[in-house]
Amino acid sequence: MAFFEMAKTAILTTLKSPATRRYPAVSAKVTAISRGRVTIDPARCISCGMCMRKCPSGAICVVKDEKTWSVDRLKCVVCNCCVEVCPAHCLTMETGYSPSMTVHEGIEVVQITYVKPERPPQKGAEEKSGQGS
Amino acid sequence: MSRRIIVPFGPQHPVLPEPIHLDLVLQDERVVEAIPSIGYIHRGLETLVAKREYPEYVYIAERTCGICSFIHGMTYCQGVEQVMNLEVPERALFLRTIWSEYSRMHSHLLWLGLFADAIGFENLFMASWRLRESVLDVLEETTGGRVIQGSCKVGGVRRDIPGETLECMVRDLEGFERDFKEIANVFLRDESIIARTRGVGVLSHGDAYHLGAVGPTARGSGVAIDLRKTGYAAYGKIHFKPVVETDGDCYARCAVRVKEVFSSIDIVRQAAAKIPEGEIEVKPKGNPNGECFSRAEQPRGELVHYVKGDGSRHLVRSRIRTPTLTNVPPLVKMLAGCELADVPVIVLSIDPCIGCMER
Repeated sequence: MAFFEMAKTAILTTLKSPATRRYPAVSAKVTAISRGRVTIDPARCISCGMCMRKCPSGAICVVKDEKTWSVDRLKCVVCNCCVEVCPAHCLTMETGYSPSMTVHEGIEVVQITYVKPERPPQKGAEEKSGQGS
Repeated sequence: MSRRIIVPFGPQHPVLPEPIHLDLVLQDERVVEAIPSIGYIHRGLETLVAKREYPEYVYIAERTCGICSFIHGMTYCQGVEQVMNLEVPERALFLRTIWSEYSRMHSHLLWLGLFADAIGFENLFMASWRLRESVLDVLEETTGGRVIQGSCKVGGVRRDIPGETLECMVRDLEGFERDFKEIANVFLRDESIIARTRGVGVLSHGDAYHLGAVGPTARGSGVAIDLRKTGYAAYGKIHFKPVVETDGDCYARCAVRVKEVFSSIDIVRQAAAKIPEGEIEVKPKGNPNGECFSRAEQPRGELVHYVKGDGSRHLVRSRIRTPTLTNVPPLVKMLAGCELADVPVIVLSIDPCIGCMER
């Protein structure tokens, strides 16, 4: 049994700089592999819908006809599953978190700009439709 | 003889991080009986198994608990791997062991902080959580997630820890151990902590055994049950002794957790020294067909994942038995006869994780 066992640690703490950061003046600590938020490169998305099918929380929605890719930031659990399964490697996991929001505006819709995913195998047709679009 | 009254404790209470309700039958200031009721945050995670394919269910299994998430994911993966007869590479098993022990350190430091807070020792609470940050930083650096690691998958692990990072982790553990020793001394020797915990909420060896206590609650009462001794993951190749205390009071349970942090540091060192080179995963072929009980030692005690597959991509049944659920009957036993003012300390001494318990 001892008295003032904490005294040394407590006194030393007052001499040290704070353990916390003065966020947002100082940016948050992130590592190269930190999972923050999913982003998409709309020019490479082939609208296969794999991310939508594999998403454990059902946050992603791909509408093939309208060519949109949307994510509900409030549903997304940032598990990195979509990034792993994406065959076109168009999804990336950024290290910064999504900003907080005061109203529910979490659904982010991105217009997919990749045109005619069937094009690459038919070389002749690719040139024709490329001129058209 | 005074009249008996019932005082509701929880589900919202300053000392409880999560909701559990206890009806305390009091006679004067003494608790005669405690009647628990649970079910405030049931999420139905087990049912989701029918809607998600078995490799994706790992993400849901992990989110059963926010503190010991890695071990939940690992136990589920172990179950599926056993059903599918998958031979997990040795390096993956060692990595799982290392991450499990880091999870244990961060869970115990979290609990030590909460326990200090329940006693009213704010400074110690801050000191514990400051140290816990350094553990979380390592987890984020190696897995990408501070609390939900997401690094376990069926057939192995998702990420490797490069050799130099592993060396750096082991080096940093020295400083961590030195800092933790100072806090550990406060928990084990300080007058005010001992006054609040010694002789409070005593659970005898026999009660702990018969009521099915697990983890530090059982080991604090002298029941030397530690599932890591069964040798899952890479624990079979690591030498360690289960930490056992015999007093069975809150002090003993606290001491078990303090000493387990040191034991975890030692396990990480051994695992880092013994980890072999090689692959970190095998690709699962086919779908699980069969059933399995998979068990692992969580920071709070024995965790059981039951998985049953019928040869399709979706499992038929998943059942999760978490340590807090089995620690509730011993808690009721501990509470009978205690002072009302000691109830928060006793409730916290089993390290209740209600979100985990109700799934």
